[in-house]
Amino acid sequence: MTSLLEVIDVSKHFHTGRGLFGGGDVVHAVDGVSFEVQEGETLGLVGESGCGKSTLGRCIVRLHEPTGGSIRFDGEDITQVKGKQLRALRRDVQIVFQDPYASLNPRRRLGHIVGMPMQVHGMGSSSEIRERVASLLRLVGLSPEHINRYPHEFSGGQRQRIGVARALAVNPRLVVCDEPVSALDVSIQAQVINLLDDLQDDLGLTYVFIAHDLAVVRHVSDRIAVMYLGKLVEVAPAEELYRAPVHPYTEALLSAVPVPDPRAPRDRIVLTGDVPSPVSPPGGCRFHPRCLYATEICCREEPPLIAHAHGRVAACHHPLNVAPAPVSA
Amino acid sequence: MTEALLELRGLRVSFRTEQGLVQAVDGLDLTLQSGEVLGVVGESGSGKSVSMLALLGLIDDPNVEIEGEALFRGRDLLKMGERELRGLRGRRVSMIFQDPMTSLNPVYSVGWQIAEQIRTHEKVPKRAAQRRAVELLESVGIPDADRRVGDYPHQFSGGMRQRVMIAMALSCSPELLIADEPTTALDVTIQAQILELLDSLRVDVGAAVILITHDIGVVAGLADRVMVMYAGRAVERATTLDLFDRPQHPYTWGLMGSVPRLDGDKPKRLAAIPGQPPSLISLPPGCSFAPRCPHRFEACDLTRPALEARASESHLDACLLPADARAAAHATQLAAARGEG
Ligand SMILES: Nc1ncnc2c1ncn2[C@@H]1O[C@H](COP(=O)(O)OP(=O)(O)OP(=O)(O)O)[C@@H](O)[C@H]1O
Ligand SMILES: Nc1ncnc2c1ncn2[C@@H]1O[C@H](COP(=O)(O)OP(=O)(O)OP(=O)(O)O)[C@@H](O)[C@H]1O
Ligand code: SF4
Ligand code: SF4
Ligand SMILES: [Mg+2]
Ligand SMILES: [Mg+2]
Repeated sequence: MTSLLEVIDVSKHFHTGRGLFGGGDVVHAVDGVSFEVQEGETLGLVGESGCGKSTLGRCIVRLHEPTGGSIRFDGEDITQVKGKQLRALRRDVQIVFQDPYASLNPRRRLGHIVGMPMQVHGMGSSSEIRERVASLLRLVGLSPEHINRYPHEFSGGQRQRIGVARALAVNPRLVVCDEPVSALDVSIQAQVINLLDDLQDDLGLTYVFIAHDLAVVRHVSDRIAVMYLGKLVEVAPAEELYRAPVHPYTEALLSAVPVPDPRAPRDRIVLTGDVPSPVSPPGGCRFHPRCLYATEICCREEPPLIAHAHGRVAACHHPLNVAPAPVSA
Repeated sequence: MTEALLELRGLRVSFRTEQGLVQAVDGLDLTLQSGEVLGVVGESGSGKSVSMLALLGLIDDPNVEIEGEALFRGRDLLKMGERELRGLRGRRVSMIFQDPMTSLNPVYSVGWQIAEQIRTHEKVPKRAAQRRAVELLESVGIPDADRRVGDYPHQFSGGMRQRVMIAMALSCSPELLIADEPTTALDVTIQAQILELLDSLRVDVGAAVILITHDIGVVAGLADRVMVMYAGRAVERATTLDLFDRPQHPYTWGLMGSVPRLDGDKPKRLAAIPGQPPSLISLPPGCSFAPRCPHRFEACDLTRPALEARASESHLDACLLPADARAAAHATQLAAARGEG
């Protein structure tokens, strides 16, 4: 099997300005992350707000240049591509932005926003493009009657769907979806997710799907990667991750999911301790200041990613749900 | 009976567009008491944001028309001048906007913006306001707040920007907080922390919260009452328990049936309500859900159903189905959903 996307030891650091007390800081947004995504696969990407998901997504679509490591798409190293090659890449690799409004040009009408990428890549006559725009809009549940409206004339969820339609317009092979359905009511959310599913079945599309809604992630993903403070801490097949999380952070995350039932008991694992800092990440295991299971070694040594049963990979000295080899009686 | 904190009477918001008049909010009535959390759920584009922006005088589109009354402690917000409204906003009433980037200024640092917000309503020295800004950022879980307070919005992640807005909205301990999808960009652990913060605003200060969200789990955990909107109208309103136990409106049934769940087997396809919402330029004369409703009958196309107490005194819905046919219709729909799954 070939990997469509290979992320190899990728890091992205940002220099940020002066705080109250002056002095420049370096934000370690992404720190040595590696994974592969197969053609036609969906990799879910979850993790705490600010842990580096969007930054990683932007590196993949080459909106950021990684500070270290490399990214391969379809066997080619794309970490440094420029000019014509980069333009070609922009057609194959698309992104649905997390912040829909900020990513839409406020002075352009809907028809132009969705049709423009097709024009840039010479994908048909203007009447063909118009038709395709209308059909894309219908697919994401927007009425072609809206085609002359400006972004500010849409609701939050409608803007988000404009972003989805625009990303799909050029028939990409890989789409990084950064919270693509977070502003949608559950029914329209289902409609958009079913659409992404259908496109995957019909065209073999590959997705990196960033979301905080764990029920949605479970539904769309073949495998799920969990990030914590710039690091990958667990990767597992979707069902396995929910059935038997290996990493304590994954366990805590799953326990905090709000249940759609007002009577449901809430036995969340509340994460205590200071919110960790990507400016000066804790030594050893980055999760140790907040981990229920931390021991002395956790503060000292960074746990490597280790493979466990059922296709799970996790970085923890004291992995959960990995039964020791059965002792023969 | 104490005076309500907020009372909406027949709020209507429409926009003139090239295609015609968009009826975004079509007659909304609502009463909210202090200390109450009202959840608002509904179809994307059903008028949740527009109705709240309208009552705060925050729609800056010259083509808008707003009618009705919005009484805040008895005074009509829709009749107040801009000056007076500005005095109210950010002090007694604050709003967390759905799109953080539309309300954060890209050219000022995050800390400066929070401090300015504090200083427009409170006479405190710059430095003290800066300190407060750092504390507020800490309270919403921003790591290294003292170092990052000088960062610009684009240097923050999506969820961090959302939390900056929350910090700004909470900076004045408002009497009424309108939170429009406040946790969409937050992971579940930080979401839980933020929801607790909102809840403590209610408990400690007695504030009322209008919580617009599409996350049914969030509603279940925090709201006392829930209003369900569809195509510019409220179609159901009840206590949270009643809404979950005995939902009355077919749109609500469809919405509840579409919630993806973590428990149970994963369905091949997610359930969705078939069809599209109606065009707000030409709403159907009868029930606006009729074109998609599996239980539609003749009357539905002729009469616009009013939001009325049908199931019980405190449980309102806008559906013409006779009371004795409701339970059976709901049961049929649940059975059909199971059959597909
Ligand atoms: N300036 C405008 N001009 C024309 N139509 C508008 C304008 N602003 C909003 N609308 C329309 O009004 C309707 C209500 O919008 P609103 O933003 O209130 O929806 P919402 O319920 O908040 O949806 P979402 O959950 O997607 O945020 C939408 O159909 C939208 O397209
Ligand atoms: N352009 C930038 N300059 C400086 N710091 C940045 C920049 N972009 C991101 N960061 C920082 O990098 C870290 C990771 O941000 P990122 O947007 O990748 O998080 P995320 O996982 O997508 O979070 P969320 O779930 O809140 O969207 C954050 O601390 C953020 O402030
Ligand atoms: S390595 Fe130690 S601190 Fe880190 S997650 Fe595992 S048990 Fe917790
Ligand atoms: S009034 Fe008629 S069409 Fe509308 S929800 Fe009730 S049954 Fe369905
Ligand atoms: Mg992000
Ligand atoms: Mg909205």
